[in-house]
Amino acid sequence: MKKDSLKNWIKSGTPWIWMNAGAVAIAVIMTLGLLSVIAVRGLAHFWPADVIVADYQVPGGEPRLLAGERVQAEEVPRARLAASGLPVAAEGGEFMTRELLKVGNREVYGADFSWVVGEWLSNERTPKDIVVLERREWGNFYGQLLNVKEDGKLVAEGEAAWDELQRRIKRIDELHGQISHLEKVDIGRINHGLERLRLKTRKLELEGRLDATAQAELDAERARWDAEYKALEGQLTSLHQGFNRDSIGVRTIDGRELQISLGKVVRAYQPNAMSTPQKLGFYAAKVWEFVSDEPREANTEGGIFPAIFGTVLMTIIMAVIVTPFGVIAAVYLREYAKQGLLTRIIRIAVNNLAGVPSIVYGVFGLGFFVYVLGGSLDALFYPEAAPAPVFGTPGLMWASLTLAILTLPVVIVSTEEGLARIPRILREGSLALGATKSETLWKVVLPMASPAMMTGLILAVARAAGEVAPLMLVGVVKLAPSLPLNGNYPYLHLDQKIMHLGFHIFDVGFQSPNVEAARPLVYATALLLVIVIAVLNLSAVVIRNHLREKYKALDH
Amino acid sequence: MQSNTHSIDISALGRDKRSLSLADELVAIEVPDLSLYYGQKQALFNVSMNIPKQRVTAFIGPSGCGKSTLLRCFNRMNDLVDGCRIEGAINLDGHNIYRKGEDVADLRRRVGMVFQKPNPFPKSIYENVVYGLRIQGIKQKRVLDETVEWALKGAALWEEVKDRLHESALGLSGGQQQRLVIARTIAVQPEVLLLDEPSSALDPISSLKVEELIYELKAKYTIVIVTHNMQQAARVSDYTAFMYMGKLIEYGDTDTLFTNPAKKQTEDYITGRYG
Repeated sequence: MKKDSLKNWIKSGTPWIWMNAGAVAIAVIMTLGLLSVIAVRGLAHFWPADVIVADYQVPGGEPRLLAGERVQAEEVPRARLAASGLPVAAEGGEFMTRELLKVGNREVYGADFSWVVGEWLSNERTPKDIVVLERREWGNFYGQLLNVKEDGKLVAEGEAAWDELQRRIKRIDELHGQISHLEKVDIGRINHGLERLRLKTRKLELEGRLDATAQAELDAERARWDAEYKALEGQLTSLHQGFNRDSIGVRTIDGRELQISLGKVVRAYQPNAMSTPQKLGFYAAKVWEFVSDEPREANTEGGIFPAIFGTVLMTIIMAVIVTPFGVIAAVYLREYAKQGLLTRIIRIAVNNLAGVPSIVYGVFGLGFFVYVLGGSLDALFYPEAAPAPVFGTPGLMWASLTLAILTLPVVIVSTEEGLARIPRILREGSLALGATKSETLWKVVLPMASPAMMTGLILAVARAAGEVAPLMLVGVVKLAPSLPLNGNYPYLHLDQKIMHLGFHIFDVGFQSPNVEAARPLVYATALLLVIVIAVLNLSAVVIRNHLREKYKALDH
Repeated sequence: MQSNTHSIDISALGRDKRSLSLADELVAIEVPDLSLYYGQKQALFNVSMNIPKQRVTAFIGPSGCGKSTLLRCFNRMNDLVDGCRIEGAINLDGHNIYRKGEDVADLRRRVGMVFQKPNPFPKSIYENVVYGLRIQGIKQKRVLDETVEWALKGAALWEEVKDRLHESALGLSGGQQQRLVIARTIAVQPEVLLLDEPSSALDPISSLKVEELIYELKAKYTIVIVTHNMQQAARVSDYTAFMYMGKLIEYGDTDTLFTNPAKKQTEDYITGRYG
């Protein structure tokens, strides 16, 4: 009886439904889990955590005061702590806690982070006057604010110092904006102009056309640039003087006093005194800084805007290259080529290209595009720049081109499928009206296949935006001095190296001198990469759905 | 299968019962001796016939008899089939359309074709009608507008769609779509209109409308229609050709062929013994 009902149950197909639903559920859980882990770890980093102050007494040593943010705590076997040389008492529980504190003050302690044994901490408190200074170098400072000085003269002290500091940081912020604008935009433009002038001179020299008139013209131009630079230089010096005018006196929790130039301070806050709305505001400002600012301190602080920009620009250029190539190849294969052994072999080869490991494309890109193509371009068109390469070195164009080749099979395959799905009677309808084959292609077939092309493009973008390995060889760097799209002629600099989110994750997480500080950034950057790819894809999906609606085929 | 259309009063079509004779007609298309092969397989065997000008000629016969294949020879649609080979010639106004250097696109403009299933392009009604004109490079809006109006009127569709010319053609019913395709075809002013089972995918009412249209169009165009429906052939055509297994069995004026067939095979088919 029981056996029968089990048999019936299996026969009914219910187990299959359960199995399939289970597989879907597991996939959904895994995806959500991945996203939430990245999101939680990445986004928590920007929250202004309380700074704790505690007495730390290593048995047999001097007691001392510690101040820092608690980053992490873990249970460690007592024996292992003892083995690492700590004076751990032999008796007690099997496990002890070990905590990671971010204590900052790198110039004093030598490292930002410190592992302490939880059991040896006592008298933990969160005093409201603890100040955290975010600095342009040396990481965070944790301690107390003593006074504010202008040109070495005392301006404010004690309670009043905090408000004075906030006011002066605002001023510093403005000055910093002006200075970086001056350096990046104005002086950048002059440098660019001078470099172009140098190349022009060299070119004339190489062509033997550098006569007296040309020389005079060039000199005049150089003089113009120099004069402009002189003016800016004076402006810059005065800005720098203002920038370094103020300083503050601070004291670490264990009593050491320091002078810090205010020009080095990005922001100052008292996390223990902040209310929740204040913390939320601070959080929003930090997240905004992360997506809109440039990186500082070997990429472990500040923002990652250049990496976002580089990723998006490279992906767009890749799409612009790969779409026409892929579509043309697919049209030839499907519409014009005689279907036979040769086309079948080509099709198989194209499909297999999709399976080639991406690093292989990187090697190809470096060997062929950069050295052969780029080298020839340099020899032909930029002899004046020699020995410095222009295109003969990794850069944005080669990165985009390499990714375009990498994603070409996807576009070809989906375009071909789209072409194959167009009803024969529509082609015949067009031909019967006196259209030639190519007119039919342009007016009927290709518009109708455009959703399929978009599908190919979506897959290509998804793959290209997340690719890192080949890019390390053909144009992505840890830190690019300027954006590849800027105000200097010719505006889009295809020869420049770029920053990339995927490479940024690798670099920050594994190549950074300060791994502990960088770890949350790895998660935050990963989250951002996912978001960037999602946005790129979503926009392509929206376009595709619009096209689908417009060109929906006859389905009766 | 297509349902019979007994409920339709065929006298409404106002068929002209005067006697016709092939020998008296002007010739539009002359097929001297045509054979056609798909690879090794022969599909048409030495077909010889003259298609009369400004008359409706119907091809009937069982499935696979070659009537569609023959029709598609008239505008060289068979060129699109891999391995299709032709022996013989087809003369349109005295010129062999299979001669070397023939402009196939121009031939197809002169010999329009309407297919079994309505195949409007996924564009607006207006753009569908002017498609052929745009291909010819005609850009003047006035010409296009006028063509749309007379072509749609000619296809008896104008009243139904004049207020939504710029909406998608895919929103029309099947019968309207088929008349749109006819409008699109006559918009390029062809000399010959080939209809390949134009109403087999339509309901009886739409089917009747298409038949009425064919009757009106024959004043201007030479029409060749392939049909499975013998009532339809009897109603709309002036001349009928019966084909079987790739051979032209009998060809003559419709009344004679249906009432007094010369061949036994024809009689068997039209009386429903096979097919």
